[in-house]
Amino acid sequence: MKFETVIGLEVHVEMATKSKIFCSCSAEFGGEQNDHVCPACCGMPGMLPIVNKKVVDLGMTAGMMLNCHINRTTTFDKKSYYYPDLPAAYQTTQWFAPVAVNGTVEIETANGKKSVRIKQIHMEEDAGKLVHDDWTGTSLVDFNRTSVPLIEIVSQPDLSSAEEVVAYLERLRSLLRFAKVSDCRMEQGSMRCDVNLSVRPEGSDKLGVRTEMKNMNSLSAIVRAIEYETARHIDAIENGTEELVQETRRWDDVKGKSFAMRSKETAGDYRYFPDPNIMPVVIDDAWYDAIKASLPEFPEVKKARYTTELGLGDYDADILTGSRALCDCFEGALAVCGNAKEAANWLISDCMNVLNKKQLTADQLTIDGKALGELIVLVSDGKVGRGNAKKILEAMFEQELSPAKYAEENGFIVSNDTGLIEKTVREAIAADQKAVADFKGGKEKALMALFGKCMKQLKGNCDPQLLRTMLIDEINKA
Amino acid sequence: MKKIMLDQMILTDCCPTNAGSKMLDGYTGLFNATVVEKLKEAGYEIAGKLPVGEFAIDLVGESCFAGADKASAAAKTLENDTVMAHIALDVNGAPRRVAAQNGLVFAKPTYGTVSRFGMIPVACSGECVGVMARNAADCREVLCTIVGKDEKDGTMHTDEVCKNAAAAAAPVKKVAVLKMPTDANDKIEATKAKMAANGIEICEIDAGVIASANAAWNMLMCAELCNNVSRYDGVKYGYRTKNYKNLDELYTNSRTEAFGLTLKTAILYGSDVLSTKNYMAKYDKAMRVRRVIVEAFAGIFADFDAVLLPAVSKMAYTEKDSAFEENAYTAPASVTGLPAVVTNGVQLIGPAFSDGALLALAEALEKEGK
Repeated sequence: MKFETVIGLEVHVEMATKSKIFCSCSAEFGGEQNDHVCPACCGMPGMLPIVNKKVVDLGMTAGMMLNCHINRTTTFDKKSYYYPDLPAAYQTTQWFAPVAVNGTVEIETANGKKSVRIKQIHMEEDAGKLVHDDWTGTSLVDFNRTSVPLIEIVSQPDLSSAEEVVAYLERLRSLLRFAKVSDCRMEQGSMRCDVNLSVRPEGSDKLGVRTEMKNMNSLSAIVRAIEYETARHIDAIENGTEELVQETRRWDDVKGKSFAMRSKETAGDYRYFPDPNIMPVVIDDAWYDAIKASLPEFPEVKKARYTTELGLGDYDADILTGSRALCDCFEGALAVCGNAKEAANWLISDCMNVLNKKQLTADQLTIDGKALGELIVLVSDGKVGRGNAKKILEAMFEQELSPAKYAEENGFIVSNDTGLIEKTVREAIAADQKAVADFKGGKEKALMALFGKCMKQLKGNCDPQLLRTMLIDEINKA
Repeated sequence: MKKIMLDQMILTDCCPTNAGSKMLDGYTGLFNATVVEKLKEAGYEIAGKLPVGEFAIDLVGESCFAGADKASAAAKTLENDTVMAHIALDVNGAPRRVAAQNGLVFAKPTYGTVSRFGMIPVACSGECVGVMARNAADCREVLCTIVGKDEKDGTMHTDEVCKNAAAAAAPVKKVAVLKMPTDANDKIEATKAKMAANGIEICEIDAGVIASANAAWNMLMCAELCNNVSRYDGVKYGYRTKNYKNLDELYTNSRTEAFGLTLKTAILYGSDVLSTKNYMAKYDKAMRVRRVIVEAFAGIFADFDAVLLPAVSKMAYTEKDSAFEENAYTAPASVTGLPAVVTNGVQLIGPAFSDGALLALAEALEKEGK
């Protein structure tokens, strides 16, 4: 018998806000343990929640990016469950009227294009983090993450393979990063995924028994988990190896197996009800329109524009549109320098080099596109040598600066003082007669050595073509 | 300096706030409630804290873990005139009953006009911070001090609306008397006579759907309570059992030993009405009943300026009396958020933001009594 896998995903994404969802504590990742906490996010009695408007902005943004209907009146509800990482013993979430519903996400795999339906997107608060110390046999709680704002994106069971799941997650990540909803870093837990999976005979319209694997946080682990779980289900159906039950399972990536956590029968009742301390959030036309107007171009639309209108190659356009930060910087630079190819080169080779050295991702690019454009102009006008321009670029990663001013202050302006160049060239030739002889004997490399010494002596402030010509002239005279 | 007492539901950073429960014995909050800050700013002296029934849901404070003899301490304190007023969180009508049985005045303001920031939360959709005093004038003075918009409470009206409510003075000309059985009917009759003497038109009406207010409030209150008190586990603050071998026993025994019977009853009932099985039939229904009662009052206030009804079924309780039944008189204002004033042993309910007008009426009735 042939089987098909039916998968629905619940994806949790931490929103890129400065403060938490109901208090003014920092929502930043990391920090000293229990440093980003106050009586509110510690669940102490007497504190009341005040909704962070930015959270609703980003919730709406996510909804619009995923083609959802936005609920103009959206409400918050309490979900009761008792666990040490949840200090108030309830999570504030959206159950009855989530911010966005009924969307779609288009994905593409080797099997072609597919539209994945989104059931809903709701806003909620994250829980804290338990740190288990096996050595002392104790568990400690870090409340830094409690009340960090999340959106949960719930898909319909429209996915049918690990490949499609990966395509879907990558698409979500790209759209949400582009809209600056989240940095979606799975390794830091700012994007996490619950996989709901069942298996049924191909062509059947009845769903099989569903199991849920919680908190998967790497694409490769998700692929392995789906493959394992699919095989386990098929084995159970075909060979009767075990009876499938609806349950929550934990994926152990080291052992490469999933283990039962709790079944439907023993699952707690969440006792949802509307949070009386949070008034319904009413999204008026002005608010809705402002968010709509702030949406970015979709990455593939940008890519098409970059290749057709700006004449970039597919490869360059792909790299640039892989990150909103690169696109923003590119477009900023282009507006100033007017040279798309040059701007793309600076970003793809020079900026990426600096980022790699600093072990940062493209999304963490902070330099101002306008300043990069000015730098490109300085180089193309022959005012700053390329080597020095790279030094200016590195400085731009450390601080905001005007490239022209910085070049002047640091002596990076090309002088083309022929007297000085001539003097430098003569000294270099006088100091290295061997190189002169080598060059005359046909060794091109010898010229490069002399060229390098001169350029160094001139601190890079010389038109390379001019230096080369003068150097050859001088050698020929010698 | 005028002295104000607070009940044990109101957080202060200087002294413990136990909510009348062994569970929070010795717990001191990290901050002051907004009402406390407002009183201090206005030059009042916070004279101390008075006991309250466990999480303020009982009749008159009898379930306070510190002993039943502490019940009605507010009334005893206000007997001598060194204290001007007592601020209490009205969750289930207890301060209104205390005032009614002890000849005091209590004003439960319109929901959302006094900040609830810094209250031990119980039933947030209806509980209000109110003022108890010997007379309506004192009550109004203190109420005018504590009302006003607070950015830390997201359920509040604008500052102007809050302040206008407490200062309202539109004369009450027509009063509807809600027919509800009570042994304290002589108080109602006396008040009716005084009103008539003041030229107020009186008309008796049936309680109708308002009589089911306590059924709805019991569900809503217990549901919210059960959610709000589940954070008390003996780990982070408050009472911790000495009798445990593992974490589960620590949780269970701390709760078993620290929560009283009334509270346990409310927790179980609240969990049940919120369960997936019962949510639509009970909790959701209670919210619909709440809306219907709001509409019933709106209908009454189309013709009348205020409603007169009993505050209690009798002038003293026995062990057989239950707050979940006795709140039939107080639940109408709790479930709707309408302002209520207890005076002369009876209760007045007015339209939203008529707090000051109700107090003005109470003041007029006081004069007539002398």
